[in-house]
Amino acid sequence: MTTTATETDRTDSAEAAAPNAAAAQTERTARLARVLLPLAFGVLALVAWDLIVRINDIPHYILPGPILVIETLIADWHTLYPSLLVTIQITLMALAVAVAGGVTLAILFTQSKWVELSFFPYAVILQVTPIVAIAPLILIYVDSTYAALLICAWIVAFFPILSNTTLGLNSADHNLINLFQLYGASRWQVLWHLRLPAAMPYFLGGLKIAGGLALIGAIVAEFAAGTAGTESGLAYRILEAGYRLNIPRMFASLILISLTGIVIFLFFTFLSHMVLRKWHESAMKREN
Amino acid sequence: MLQVPANSGDAVAGGRPLVTLRHVDKTFSNGTVALKDLNLTVGEHEFISLLGPSGCGKSTALRLMAGLGDVSGGRIDWHGSGGGTAADREIGFVFQEPTLMPWATVFKNVYLPLRLAGISKADAAPRVAEAVAMVGLNGFEHAYPRELSGGMNMRVSIARALVTKPRVLLMDEPFAALDEITRFKLNNDLLDLWKDQSWTVIFVTHSVYESVYLSSRIVVMAARPGRVVAEMDVDAPYPRHEDYRTSPTYNEHCRAVSEQLHRAMEAGGT
Repeated sequence: MTTTATETDRTDSAEAAAPNAAAAQTERTARLARVLLPLAFGVLALVAWDLIVRINDIPHYILPGPILVIETLIADWHTLYPSLLVTIQITLMALAVAVAGGVTLAILFTQSKWVELSFFPYAVILQVTPIVAIAPLILIYVDSTYAALLICAWIVAFFPILSNTTLGLNSADHNLINLFQLYGASRWQVLWHLRLPAAMPYFLGGLKIAGGLALIGAIVAEFAAGTAGTESGLAYRILEAGYRLNIPRMFASLILISLTGIVIFLFFTFLSHMVLRKWHESAMKREN
Repeated sequence: MLQVPANSGDAVAGGRPLVTLRHVDKTFSNGTVALKDLNLTVGEHEFISLLGPSGCGKSTALRLMAGLGDVSGGRIDWHGSGGGTAADREIGFVFQEPTLMPWATVFKNVYLPLRLAGISKADAAPRVAEAVAMVGLNGFEHAYPRELSGGMNMRVSIARALVTKPRVLLMDEPFAALDEITRFKLNNDLLDLWKDQSWTVIFVTHSVYESVYLSSRIVVMAARPGRVVAEMDVDAPYPRHEDYRTSPTYNEHCRAVSEQLHRAMEAGGT
């Protein structure tokens, strides 16, 4: 009897432990897969690229192999690095102005219906007009190419900040607004203690989109500026390398642009997580 | 049970009148008549329940008393307080949902009314601690609402309403979304708080049992248009405890109130 009981107990505990262990195992596998799968695919793609170039004997002025691209990136670093800095500088400055302008205008929108009615249609027009189409005009009317690039990048980054922040400011819980009224809160107090915190998740979402768009805006504007750009960013390097049939350098510049975009995205994703992790659904860890 | 007719004027069981509603009408901009000729007097230290089916305007009446929105006709007078703004009337308001700021800790949520009144964090801290202790949430000051249960969040909401030491607490179906066990617990705790503080509670509910358990007076309302159809005193003595819930007095009151409510529903056409 005793033996049987012990045996049963052991079976029970083993059964109870098994799902936990299995769950932990699944968790580990999932985490590993998240890193390994894209990595494996990337390596595979690079090898395929290299093989195609080698087997078909494709000349490097048509399609350079990945190794040549990396070599060029290192060899041309002294030209590419200053260009990278210019592009990053334009992107970040445009983003900063877009954040300041977008948030300010969004606050004005929520404070006065009249301001919103007057300005919102133009904000939409600014958004729907393709930046490629207006960039040449801006380059004509603005003396400084640098300022023109900045304006182009700002135009595309501005709208997501404005529309998301406006939505966020208006999404504050209506009962909480009533509560603030009950305690005689001023407009400023409602804005500072209620509307702005409520808008934070929306604003951060807009920021993630705007970060990528500012980079795209900066690149597109540089292309439109062409060789007129005295301060030469990465897009200018691509154009220049294209004219000289220096295809490896085009690829090298492209890699730097992509990396910049990825870093910007990761940074804002991290920022968003850090700000919201305590209270917002989007950043909460869930057990089930 | 003493049954007094509706529109009873200024005579109140609870003591000096605190707030009087005279011929109050409320019509919303979409044409809905929420209240029609509502007359009600709430006395000091009363625990009064507004009971009625949904759509009878009980929440609207409560919000109007709080100063949220304007009456379409008639008037609401607050006695013995000089000011015109809601803050001057020393009101605490508890919504059906906890209505907390999710980005703020329990401490900051309870501190809010004092913060809006311009009281510094250092000066407010003991008062906030006292309010948090009153609802039994000591030790949870630094928790976020997401980390707490529905009942605990409702306690935070009550602490926030009490932190200003209001003369009257307006509660709009505060426990309707909670499970029965939690609701019973909060009912008892609310009664304890009320006896200690000797302020007035105006409580909106659609539960006959809750209103009979808690209140000293029940105002039964009917819908379409929202109006008072009966006022009844609940003459069971305080303090009331769980054994009151199973007493014959309680059952008798519940039956009488249900009857009134039933009549009100028929009158309201529902």
